[in-house]
Amino acid sequence: MLKYLASRLLTFVPTFIGVTLISFAFIRVLPGDPIIVMAGERGMSEERYAELTTQYGFDRPMLAQFWDYLTGVLQGDLGTSFVTKKPVWDEFFTLFPATLELSLCAMIFAILIGLPAGVIAAVNRGKFFDRALMSTALVGYSMPIFWWALLLIIVFSGNLQWTPVSGRIGLQYYFPNATGFMIWDAIASGQSGALSSAVRHLILPTIVLGTIPLAVIARQTRSAMLEVLGEDYIRTARAKGMSPRRVNAIHALRNALIPVITVIGLSVGTLLAGAILTETIFSWPGIGKWMVDSIFRRDYPVVQGGLLLIAVMVMVVNLTVDVLYGIINPKIRKR
Amino acid sequence: MTDTAQSAPKRPSALREFWYYFRENRGAVIGLYVFGFFLLVAALSPIIAPYDSTQQFRDHILQPPAWSEGGSWAFPLGTDPLGRDMLSRLIEGARYSFFVGVVVVTIASFGGIIIGLIAGFAPRWLDTIIMRIMDIVLAFPSLLLALVLVAILGPSLINAMVAIAIVLQPHYVRLTRAAVLSEKQKDYVTSARVAGAGRMRLMFKTVLPNCLAPIIVQAALSFSTAILDAAALGFLGMGAQPPTPEWGTMLAEAREFILRAWWVVTFPGVAILITVLAINLMGDGLRDALDPKLKRS
Amino acid sequence: MKFKTTLLGMTAAMALSAGAASAQALVYCSEGSPEGFDAALYTSGTTFDASSKPIYNRLVEFEVGTTEVNPALAESFEVSEDGLTVTFHLREGVKFHSNDQFTPTRDFNADDVIFSFDRQGNPDNPYNGVSGGSWEYYSAMSMPDLIESIEKVDDYTVVFNLTRPEAPFMANMAMDFASIVSKEYADAMMEAGTPEMLNQAPIGTGPFSFQAYQKDAVIRFVRNDDYWGDAAKVEALIFAITPDASVRYQKVQAGECHVMAYPNPADVEAMQSDEGVEVMQQEGLNVGYLAYNTNVAPYDNPNVRKALNMAIDKQAIIDVVFQGSGQIAKNPIPPTMWSYNDAVEDDSYDPEAAKAMLEEEGVTDLDLKIWAMPVQRPYNPNARRMAELMQADFAEIGVDVEIVSYEWGEYLERSKDTDRDGAVLLGWTGDNGDPDNFLAVLLGCDGVGGSNRAQWCYEPFDDLIQEAKTISDQDERAALYEEAQVIFKEQAPWATIAHSVVYMTMRPEVDGYVIDPLGGHFFNAVGLSN
Repeated sequence: MLKYLASRLLTFVPTFIGVTLISFAFIRVLPGDPIIVMAGERGMSEERYAELTTQYGFDRPMLAQFWDYLTGVLQGDLGTSFVTKKPVWDEFFTLFPATLELSLCAMIFAILIGLPAGVIAAVNRGKFFDRALMSTALVGYSMPIFWWALLLIIVFSGNLQWTPVSGRIGLQYYFPNATGFMIWDAIASGQSGALSSAVRHLILPTIVLGTIPLAVIARQTRSAMLEVLGEDYIRTARAKGMSPRRVNAIHALRNALIPVITVIGLSVGTLLAGAILTETIFSWPGIGKWMVDSIFRRDYPVVQGGLLLIAVMVMVVNLTVDVLYGIINPKIRKR
Repeated sequence: MTDTAQSAPKRPSALREFWYYFRENRGAVIGLYVFGFFLLVAALSPIIAPYDSTQQFRDHILQPPAWSEGGSWAFPLGTDPLGRDMLSRLIEGARYSFFVGVVVVTIASFGGIIIGLIAGFAPRWLDTIIMRIMDIVLAFPSLLLALVLVAILGPSLINAMVAIAIVLQPHYVRLTRAAVLSEKQKDYVTSARVAGAGRMRLMFKTVLPNCLAPIIVQAALSFSTAILDAAALGFLGMGAQPPTPEWGTMLAEAREFILRAWWVVTFPGVAILITVLAINLMGDGLRDALDPKLKRS
Repeated sequence: MKFKTTLLGMTAAMALSAGAASAQALVYCSEGSPEGFDAALYTSGTTFDASSKPIYNRLVEFEVGTTEVNPALAESFEVSEDGLTVTFHLREGVKFHSNDQFTPTRDFNADDVIFSFDRQGNPDNPYNGVSGGSWEYYSAMSMPDLIESIEKVDDYTVVFNLTRPEAPFMANMAMDFASIVSKEYADAMMEAGTPEMLNQAPIGTGPFSFQAYQKDAVIRFVRNDDYWGDAAKVEALIFAITPDASVRYQKVQAGECHVMAYPNPADVEAMQSDEGVEVMQQEGLNVGYLAYNTNVAPYDNPNVRKALNMAIDKQAIIDVVFQGSGQIAKNPIPPTMWSYNDAVEDDSYDPEAAKAMLEEEGVTDLDLKIWAMPVQRPYNPNARRMAELMQADFAEIGVDVEIVSYEWGEYLERSKDTDRDGAVLLGWTGDNGDPDNFLAVLLGCDGVGGSNRAQWCYEPFDDLIQEAKTISDQDERAALYEEAQVIFKEQAPWATIAHSVVYMTMRPEVDGYVIDPLGGHFFNAVGLSN
């Protein structure tokens, strides 16, 4: 087991360096000079331009720049945003709770609906229920979520006015020492109505971001269940007179869960990609929107630091899933 | 599954067998019809589109669809903010979507298969390097990576396609390599090697044909991913540039009219959804028919 | 339907007032996040709205709603005969805000004034390099060349010594970068090792004091009860950052915001017929233009340029690109600016005459590249769409147009080339309401190869604007600028396209809002009636 863990960790190191190098290199080949973009129509004098170039270190050799960056990263220094002049690291952690909260809600939403739907479909294989559920899942799976978000806004915020259009909580609520997790802050503040306001703001983004994971989980659960239901020990359990419900609930579901958990773990990347679109449309102040804005503004340090942090996050989650999977299923370790 | 059953000479019956299984799946057949319909529309777009997709009717700006109040059958699906016919634009947009799908899948699968084959046959150190590089690419969320790549290459449909192909490519590499590794253990490969087949022959003639089933399924699924991602990039302003009637770009341009003119927002989205749905239905059928063991992925 | 909207409006209003308890809070749906709160470091209006406008004051300020400069933190000022010495007499008893880390021990005085400028111009000032230390406007308005020294005569008198007489100087002093910060606060933060707090937790003398900023979401201000001027009418001011214009409108309708800026041109018509909201409008202080390259044949010929101008259907551009929220431009400066020459006549839209004129000049089979900006600007909400319309217009007189575009930074840079191929769509938003800020910057000989995208250096024109710069009498200056506009129209280095119209959308209970021609948003005089 230890050996397996060590080998997994070992592959982590070169990937990390590679990711750092790539996020660094990307930014150097981006066309367009950030200093000129910053100046806009107004332009700036050549002296000022030279001064800024030196200040940001763009005139130094590439290798020296990379070395500075790498040593900075290892000390937790990701540089300073061109636009806000604040450290990238700080910006990331002020915005990250918003993305995390949204992603968690979307995942819970997807599991709460997707898992039972998959089980029900598998148990009723081939019947109307199965077909209806799986067709719906396929529609969800094929959904362009940016369009889906617009539709939901038109209907629920525009026509029906049930949900707020954007933002995270009603403006009248203000929490001085906020953690950034709005649900938690709302509960902790004890202000009446704060929680319901935060929840109402979360509904549409959660549905939009959760749609594709939900469809994937439902489909995955169904096929894993079907496979397990066909196996010997289930037949044995049935033959022994165990009630079908008990068979489904205990044996089948438990064994079908393993691949499902993997899917959930691996959806982190999907969720982050989805967050880019969801946050942009709902003006959700999270890292997805932050990245898009920064790409458009040529905010080099933010794009580079954000890419790195996001990639590392995905890698850590994947590693954890791998290791967990190895613990659950000893066969994997042998490779 | 015996080795002899899989070897080459039985081609025609394999196709028939495939069709037999494929036909079983009603959803897949519907998907195929819809896909065929869209393909036809795309192919014949210059003939069937009522107008040129860039022609501006300045007296008919934001005209609603024919069945709503104020609409007319001259513009069945209404017009956009520049007075261009929505139907004509959607029809021409079908071309772009298929173009994107075909090009992306071709680049990604071609590159992916070759790299995957190399990794599968290469000495261990090269294999490790290749797979680590793929890990690096996969560590970035695909849309984010595509977005940055397009920012580097400059926003255009071609660059968006290249970016998406790069992002999708590692999946092919992994799939091909895994298939190669499992096939390599089998007797027929060993015997081919003993019989003196060169490395090239071994890679492309002996092993590759037996790895194709999962790759074909992957190709079908990434066709729809490509269309979705290209539309998403277009929506973020990083894909096809106006006035190109690419569906995602049309949505992005229409976004400011969301409260005033529902049709400019709704129709491009419906077009994307139906196309992607049809392809996914087909992909499911393809997977079930080609390889029952793949049902899980 | 009617019933439902009123009901919703009521519940929304109740929600707002209930949540804000007794405090009357004005909610402004703003279009973006501020880059920071130290106005001198930045250049965007979004940042100024959240920093210099509510939090700070300047020595002199524009009277809201005009481009006229009035005394503010300076009670009075005088300019010496030769125009080289400007003396400011400061207001006494002005209090700075306080926050958790800082409580001022003294009133505003000359040290604060000197510090506010010295940190921008003096590399030895410890604050010169703080927060990136890019004092863009200070250098863009050529303050480093202009200011020779700043002297403190006594606690309430400051003298600026200039290197040359400069009529627009007083307007510059009213700009956002000239906001006065507290030296005492700056020193305290430097000592605490957190100089960046000056930018992140600002302290000023303005009508509102800064309370909190949640990145990309909300900015909160509370009323400054010790304000030296008329105290703000509302107790709290909240900026709800909402980048999407349709969403902002929905929030105003739902009562989540009271005021919003920059509505979608597409929505304006609906807003005007919506009884639940009010729409105010004014011409913006900007101009959008198509600049030919006057260095390159045949565009070096004024008649060719004129002919092309006559082929452009500007009304169609206003209708389609601006959705009506624009006004045809005939002069290079906007009509809200003093010295605007209304007697100038615009080129008529006449494709036939244009065609004939081109033939007369012996120009046939003309190919033209039109550069379309990749970004949205107030003076041009959709350059691509505008270029497409022009393409169709020029096709009618037999001119073939190819539309090109580059990434924004590259666009700005490449369009400066003196031998650039093609005509470029661009524009300008005024900084200080002075005509010099348009005419000299955009059309003067010094700007060739830089901000003068037409690469147009025409001596009779340049002489006029150079002369106007040195005179301090506004009427005399206006006469020179009016003449310059006539010359501009004859020579036609640009096709002047449009001035945008600025709209503000608000709920009916908002009163006292005045549109600022310089594009800022002020809320100290705004109240809420029930």
